[in-house]
Formats: sequence, structure tokens, C-alpha cells
Amino acid sequence: MLVLEKNALTEEIEQLVEKYGRDRSALLPILQDIQRKHRYISDFAQQEVARMLDIHPVEVYSVISFYAFLNTHPKGKNIVRLCQTISCDFQGKSAVAKAIERELGISFGETTRDNKITLEYANCLGMCDQGPALLVNDKVYSHLTPEKAVQIISEIK
Amino acid sequence: MEKKNRKGTVIFSPYNRGEGIKKAIEKSREDILFEIRESKLKGRGGAGFPTATKWMLTAAAKSDVKYVVCNADEGEPGTFKDRVLLLEYPELVFDGMVIGGYIIGAAEGILYLRGEYEYMLKSLEDYLEGMRKDNLLGKEICGKKGFNFDISIKLGAGAYVCGEETALIESLEGHRGEARNRPPFPVNQGFLHKPTTVNNVETFAAVSHISIKGGQWYAKHGTDKSSGSKLFSISGDCENPSVYELPWGTKISEMLELVGAKNAKAVQVGGASGICLPKSQFNRTLAYEDAATGGSIMIFNENRKMLDVLKNFMEFFVEESCGQCTPCRIGNTKLLEGVEMIENGSYTFNYINKLKDLGKTMQVASKCGLGQSSPNSFISILENFKDEIFNGNGGVHGK
Repeated sequence: MLVLEKNALTEEIEQLVEKYGRDRSALLPILQDIQRKHRYISDFAQQEVARMLDIHPVEVYSVISFYAFLNTHPKGKNIVRLCQTISCDFQGKSAVAKAIERELGISFGETTRDNKITLEYANCLGMCDQGPALLVNDKVYSHLTPEKAVQIISEIK
Repeated sequence: MEKKNRKGTVIFSPYNRGEGIKKAIEKSREDILFEIRESKLKGRGGAGFPTATKWMLTAAAKSDVKYVVCNADEGEPGTFKDRVLLLEYPELVFDGMVIGGYIIGAAEGILYLRGEYEYMLKSLEDYLEGMRKDNLLGKEICGKKGFNFDISIKLGAGAYVCGEETALIESLEGHRGEARNRPPFPVNQGFLHKPTTVNNVETFAAVSHISIKGGQWYAKHGTDKSSGSKLFSISGDCENPSVYELPWGTKISEMLELVGAKNAKAVQVGGASGICLPKSQFNRTLAYEDAATGGSIMIFNENRKMLDVLKNFMEFFVEESCGQCTPCRIGNTKLLEGVEMIENGSYTFNYINKLKDLGKTMQVASKCGLGQSSPNSFISILENFKDEIFNGNGGVHGK
């Protein structure tokens, strides 16, 4: 990481700390904002957050590793999460999953080579009455067919 | 968000924003708490703890600062009623939180919204802003001297276990979502060690109606031990999957007819952590005293393999166990291994029985509700569908 980038990141985290406070309860909102912008929370970012909240960096790492929506390694620009829970499963999740895999040329858990899309499974998205369902970043799509799913994926920028 | 034309006797009955708050603050705290006690309302998350008792304890706890937390970390497979309430009926939920704040003497409310529902965040924030403008939130709400209350929204980050109230509080405090030992209970030491009441989205929605129409009116619905009505998230093999409001005490067979479920073979009551009932038990009733549920109902028809259902559930629990206590962390892995053994035909009945015993141990030895309830589906599916799984065409060495 370049020194310039590091300085920019430090400044950014300082602003977040300003916004959410130095209390431990500010940790999750701060991490969520970093995740949203950078799509992961780098070692350096973790150390800076720890320094500013006056906690050990391991504490920060342990929190990130606990939550499915936070990660320490870069992912694609967009995260596509397909619901794998039973109601969606029985409404045709597997066919949708295979169609997406074929179209993107990657498997679940992987990222496309142009870093555009990371493909993951998620547990129950609360769309059981309209399955199969998937999340593209924070947007939800329901009543998927293989064709409709591929259409949605192909429109991701 | 546009309201769908939903019908119901209690929750989905007409309600105008702010009505419940205005009615509540006309009365003393004791009087409105009395109404809730009269209603016999129980926690709608599934555990069924009497709401009035929880609020009375929080109100009685000595502290200047108290918190009202709304648990919108709806993660139980097959549950989506909170999604409907938050999108279509936010007035019920937020008004209920304000009433809760009035009763226990809190000035701050927090809505813990699951990360998967981030798409609702903007509309909910806007809704709260509207309430602030109309003095339904903020200082001296509706002119009531000394009653200040505001609500903020905190996002979760994709962890099922945070639906457990102490894990949720840990998460709010910026820690891993690992359940706490109890006592102390959150009503005495919750968020930031202050007295905190954590209630389900639907519980708050019910409170708003009770505030207007009274506890006795509410208690007239449902059964003696399970008062009022319940939102059921019904999905699976039926013609009209959706959220339905039904009085407690409704028979499973009546419910199946209502949603258009023909040739249902099994009904999973209470989500992955609930129990799976075969046809012979469809005459049971949905109620805390019989088939209890936080609202998740999944219907499986004749074509479904129950072993596939069980495997999906066990995979879910292995992934979502927080890993802090051994019975849950190792136990769920062992149960999943058992399911895979049955799947590929390498099991012995002796070992499967041992796993059922292990499940019973998990039910008593796990630290929180996740591990205590995750063996339910393992035990009930293998028991209620043993003919299909071990002797029928559902298993490998069957017929």
C-alpha cells in the first residue's frame, strides 16, 4: 500500500470515528462503512481502527471474522448472494445456481477475473414466499428463474 | 412502501400512526402496563416470555439510563413476517417501541436490523424522520412533559445467532455475537450494562394495538394460554405462500386448507429450529401450549425427500453456530455427519440412536437457544419420517 493511500485511509477512518464516536459500540458501524466503500477491511485499516478506538487489533480482527458480511480480503466489486435455505432450495435454487455459474464461469465462493462479481451463498434472506431469491449487494431479487437470474447478473456493472 | 390488502383481526386491523402513543401517554405508566398484562401478550420471537413481566422488571430496575431494543434480526429459515411489518406497517413497530420506552422509562430505542435487510434502511430512516417532525419522537413527545424518546437503527452483518437477545446486545456493543451467561438478565444488565428490554418486531406491533383497544379486547382472541393472534410466515408447497394473521389455536389442517396446500406430507413448525410434523399430527393446534412457533411454517409435499430437508437444516446450523460452546459447535457437525451417513448408506442404527442422545444432550447443555433447539429437527424428522428414510425409498438401502 502506498503511503499516500495509507494517509487517505487514516483520514477516512478518523472521520468515521468522529461520526460514530470512540466507544466500542461504534466498532461495527465503522467497519461496515469501510467494508461498504472498500469492499474489504485491510490489515492496515484494522490496525488504524484499533488504534483510534484504543483496543487490540486482534479484537477488530475477531469481530470481522465473526460476521459473514465483513471480510479481511478483497472481494469483487459486487457481491451476489443466492439464498440456499430450504424454501428457496425447493423452488429451484440449484438450477438458478448452475445457470449463474455457467454464465460467469466461476463457482460459488469465487470472484470473476475482472473483479466485478463475487458469488456466494447466503442463509435465509426472508424471501421464502417468493423464492428463489438473491441479493446483489443490498438489493433483493425474487421469483428467479435461471433465465431471469442470468439477466440480472448481466446487468451488473 | 405500498400496503397490500392484508386481512387480520388484530395486527392487520386498521391503525393510524401515533394513535397508540397518544392513548398510552394519557395514562400513567402503571395503567398502560396493566393493559399489557391483561392482554397476556407473550414474546412473538418464539420463546413466549410474557411481555408485561419483562417490561415490569425493566421498569423496576434501578438506573437512569435504560434501553428499548427491537429485535429485527429475523433469520430463522422460513420467517419473513418482520419484513412485511417493517415494509408495510412501520407505524405499528415504532409506535410500540415508543410505548415501551414510556413504560420502562427509557429515552433511547434501537432497532437492530439484520444485514440482509439493508435495502429497507433508507425507507425506515425516512419514516423515523417523519415521526420526529410530527413530535412522535424527540423531546416531550406529543407534549408529554418529561418524556423524551428517540429511535436509531443499527445494522447487523449476517449472523443468525444475533437473533438471540444477549448475542444481539453483544453485537450492538461491537463484539462478536456470542451469547452471554444468564443471570444477569438483560432486564437488569443489557446494552452497555444498563437495563434493556429486547422484544420482537411483532411484539411491539401488538402493543400498539393493545394501547388503543385494551388488554381485554386482545385477550379475547386466541386461546386461554396463547392470547391474541399471530403472524405466520407460510412458505413451501402451497398455492398462496405469504404472511397470514391467524388466531392462536388454529389447527394445522385448517391452515393448510387456507393456504391451498394439497397433498402436504409434512409441516415444519418453527423453522429449522422447530419440529417437523407428519400428516398424522395435522390435527394439532398452533399455540404456545401445543405446536409453538415464532411464525415460521414450511410445507413439504409428497415429492419432497425429508432427508434433504434435514440435511439443509443441519448445514444451516453448522454454518451459523457461533462456536463458543462445545455442545453446539461439535454437536451440530456430528449430527450433519450422521445425516450424510444415512444419505450414502454407511450408517448403523446403533450410531443414529447415539446421535439422537447427543441431540438431547445438546438441548440441555448448549449455552443459548441455537444449540438448545438445533437438534429438534434432527430428532423429529428421523422419528416422524423413519419409514421413509430408513425403510422406504427416501434412503439408500431402503426399498
